[in-house]
Amino acid sequence: MHGRPRKPPTPEEEKANDIKASKLRALQSQFLQFHHDQIYTKEALEVCAKLVESNPEYIPAWNYRKLAVERIVSQLESDSESDPDAIKAIFREELKVVHFFDQIRKWYILVDFVYIVLLLSGPVWLTERALAKNYKSYGAWYHRKWVLRKGHSSIDRELELLKLFLEQDTRNFHAWNYRRRVLQLRVIITSFHAEIVLFGLSFFFFFSFRFVAPLKNRSDEEELHFTTDMINGNFSNYSAWHNRSVLLSHLLENKVEGYFPKEKVLTEENDLVHQALFTDPYDQSGWFYHLWLLNQMVKIETPLLVYTWPPPGSNLKVSVDGCLDDSLPLSSITSFHLKTGQIPVVLYFSEAVEGVNSSTITLESSLHDTNTELIWSPLSTNNSGRAQAWVTHLSFPEEKFHFSQANPIKVTIGHSEGIKSISGFTLSHPTYFEFIVYLQTTAPHHADLQSLDMITWGDENFHTYEVHPKESSQIKLSDPLKSCDDYGLMAYRWNAETITNEISLFRELLSVTDCKIGKLTLARLLTALDAMISYDKTLESKEVVHFEEVLELYSDLMKLDPPHSQFYKDEHSVVLLQQLTSNPESLLRHCYNYRDPSPSRNICLRLCNLSLSRIGSVEQLLWIQMLDLSHNQLRSVDGLEAMQLLSCLNLSNNKIGNFSALEPLKQLQSLRALNISYNEIGAHSVDTRRYLCSSPLSHTAGSDWNFGEFAIDGIDFTNYWEAFSIFKDLKLTQLEIIGNVVAEEKIKLFLVKVMPALRWLDGVELQ
Amino acid sequence: MICMFSWYSYRMGEELEAEKHVNYILSVEKKKNDFESVVMEHIRINGAYWGLTTLDLLGKIGAVDSKDVVSWVLECQHESGGFGGNIGHDPHILYTLSAVQILALFDKINVLDIDKVSNYIVGLQNEDGSFSGDVWGEVDTRFSYIAICSLALLHRLDKINVEKAVKYVVSCKNLDGGFGCTPGAESHAGQIFCCVAALAITGSLHQIDKDLLGWWLCERQDKSGGLNGRPEKLPDVCYSWWVLSSLIMIDRVHWIDKEKLVKYILDCQDKEKGGISDRPNDAVDVFHTYFGVAGMFSFSFKAKSVSHMQQLDFLSSFF
Repeated sequence: MHGRPRKPPTPEEEKANDIKASKLRALQSQFLQFHHDQIYTKEALEVCAKLVESNPEYIPAWNYRKLAVERIVSQLESDSESDPDAIKAIFREELKVVHFFDQIRKWYILVDFVYIVLLLSGPVWLTERALAKNYKSYGAWYHRKWVLRKGHSSIDRELELLKLFLEQDTRNFHAWNYRRRVLQLRVIITSFHAEIVLFGLSFFFFFSFRFVAPLKNRSDEEELHFTTDMINGNFSNYSAWHNRSVLLSHLLENKVEGYFPKEKVLTEENDLVHQALFTDPYDQSGWFYHLWLLNQMVKIETPLLVYTWPPPGSNLKVSVDGCLDDSLPLSSITSFHLKTGQIPVVLYFSEAVEGVNSSTITLESSLHDTNTELIWSPLSTNNSGRAQAWVTHLSFPEEKFHFSQANPIKVTIGHSEGIKSISGFTLSHPTYFEFIVYLQTTAPHHADLQSLDMITWGDENFHTYEVHPKESSQIKLSDPLKSCDDYGLMAYRWNAETITNEISLFRELLSVTDCKIGKLTLARLLTALDAMISYDKTLESKEVVHFEEVLELYSDLMKLDPPHSQFYKDEHSVVLLQQLTSNPESLLRHCYNYRDPSPSRNICLRLCNLSLSRIGSVEQLLWIQMLDLSHNQLRSVDGLEAMQLLSCLNLSNNKIGNFSALEPLKQLQSLRALNISYNEIGAHSVDTRRYLCSSPLSHTAGSDWNFGEFAIDGIDFTNYWEAFSIFKDLKLTQLEIIGNVVAEEKIKLFLVKVMPALRWLDGVELQ
Repeated sequence: MICMFSWYSYRMGEELEAEKHVNYILSVEKKKNDFESVVMEHIRINGAYWGLTTLDLLGKIGAVDSKDVVSWVLECQHESGGFGGNIGHDPHILYTLSAVQILALFDKINVLDIDKVSNYIVGLQNEDGSFSGDVWGEVDTRFSYIAICSLALLHRLDKINVEKAVKYVVSCKNLDGGFGCTPGAESHAGQIFCCVAALAITGSLHQIDKDLLGWWLCERQDKSGGLNGRPEKLPDVCYSWWVLSSLIMIDRVHWIDKEKLVKYILDCQDKEKGGISDRPNDAVDVFHTYFGVAGMFSFSFKAKSVSHMQQLDFLSSFF
């Protein structure tokens, strides 16, 4: 029982409880009898009133009261000779009943029968006593809504009552919801009256929009003032802050007069929330609102194309049937081995979008067979048809090979209505980019390393990568493609300035308090500012970046707030990767040559021992073919699905807890060598990844799989359902799985069957 | 299964009083004339589900006669196909889910006229995709979850407009990442569970900003280690389930301190008589005993198999 102290009842209490119990039982059975027999006499209604008073959660009693009201009212309405005031008389009669039950204090009992009369006679003493009670019954609140919907009630009076109620019980979410419902009704009723008076009913549909929208806006504005009053009464009212965010986002979205431009409103809101935050920085209520305000400033409404592979303006060297040739003076970063006879083209957007297809994207090329329509696939682990990264594969008919000749390829994304974000915004900036493909054949003895030899990830195989001046300029090609119009730019500058002010304000706050959400907010503000600066190429302050400070803040937070340390660690990892990839120099420091020290071959990005718990900044790494993420603390590999060129991946010595965490790898058609040794697969009983998979729960994927074809005596393969769902789609030639709880002999036998192309398992060459 | 707690016991010198909780649950079942039991009479079927699932989690479901339970559940069915909270009570979707879950627990779904029950639920879907709780028309995302979960257990999810149902749930998403009972309503951990679970069952979790919601949820853990349901509220054992399972479904459960939460749940046990309460030293009840035990198990529950149906059971068995 909520909030009741645990103590054995005294004999007196026990006796009293017994009496209470038998009384209630008698009442309940008496009531049920009336209910079943559909008896709505005065006596029966009294029994029901008593019952809901002592047990407001008793849903059948509320149902009964609704039936009773409907029955009585319909009788009166059908009787043509009855006095029009008879319905009101019913309620008046009921008032007497309630007076008779002098002990009745609770509001809900007043709801249907007394309610109208209450409004007419206004015995405020009764309502105030009722409002002082804490009040949570779903059934009773709904009953009140039901009565209100019948249309016999004064909405203004209802709002008055609610105001009194919410002053007493400021966080009661039933009351807040009810208030929203009452306001909706008021808008509908008022607009309806306006139409009847002015135009008659025939114009209803046409004019309803015209009237409802302004009324709704006015109502929202009034309600916004109500939340201001509630917040000024007590800054810790999260319910009021929440309601404010709902109202304000509606007003901003509709550009209502006084709420445009958005920037002016946001400044005022910042001022309001600062008062709350500086009064009690340890209270959470205002911080969540502040985060919402920050997101309003940072968010770009329309989706943008931000990165691509191949990068714009790049020269792509593609070998058709062998390995890369060193003879051409081109960078390894854009060299690509065309083993599958196809080149992937990846588009990376600022957020998940839908509608990328051959009608929204135009591709011109002398090489590509224009008769075949390009198929664009979303790179995501869900079935939504939306993804941040999309891929298509260009294939070249052999007769069109023009070796060592520049073959330009143009990709145009026009003003397309078709490409949409989840919030319904369309891609607004037309984008165009071009890259050049050089095709070549090479001698078979140069065939690429991975297909001949087992990859070994030991340090001895990696050589420091000698940075060629050309290389770093190649990497720089992947600068964001973002651009803005004049208004956008103005808004950015305004936002950047506001955020700069916020930063100095919170630095001040943190000089006197050690508040954790304050620190987190400062870190978020600094990150937001850095992101803004990177969008706006004209800003000269580009050199000022705050990675170090942000990383330090997250490290502090891990110590300050240990229960949430993993959250801060995840954020820390994301920022660390942003820092590493923020410029070519720092990224190239992590690049190594695998085996062959020649600078243009087999570059491996090694991000080992960085304590990473999460992957980020993949958009900067679309060109990587060999990636070492070993000796980190990764639980998931979300994001890797965009790295379409990846062929060798080392995830050993991380914290991957189950096969379903590897779901993103299913999208990597070029992946050949995977090392997941020394993880925690099989060690955790609860799979926290399962619900995010593309085939969770009720989905039908898997129902057509035939495990029978992998049958080996004495092994129950249904245990390996998840392993199967991941590995059946991979074309691995090499896998390391040793050092996981799950990695017993049986599963190895299973995996060998599932992946016929596998040549090496845990370092052993298969027969 | 009880031995699974040994790790926690070892670490904290405290234990889940499993046997006492079993006895407590069984004793509640017998005390039909207590005031508490009488007050709960109208939700007896929910209580039965909480109690029986607790017994199941603690490996003692054998202590009850499944035949008696199944026939009692069937007696609660109304001619409309829906179930009442007790024999002769009005049907409501809240009680219908518990009935389906109890039958699923005993693997007796087949005793039902599945089309009749599912038609009752299907009939409660509104034009906008939302669900009413019963004929009187109260709308709430709790009912969306209940409808989706029940139909999934009955293998009849194809009977409703899933796309609209998902759209309605998504329309209740708030700017803090959480969900409320109707559009615009404040986020609340219980409501978040319902919405996240409804989206999980329908394969629509991509509709959620997992980092935003995950941070809101993990901040529900206060200094006591317990979890509250909304900002600046007191912690309560029942939220160990609502928050924890939501965090599990969006893969952010590592953002809270498990050991502190386990300690909080263990501190809420009545170590003499069994049962778990909302906060330390409060009176125990079946509801909190169930959510406390379910919370403990969500750290260590060993999913036995991975077939689709069983995955679904795992999720839905905790409502």
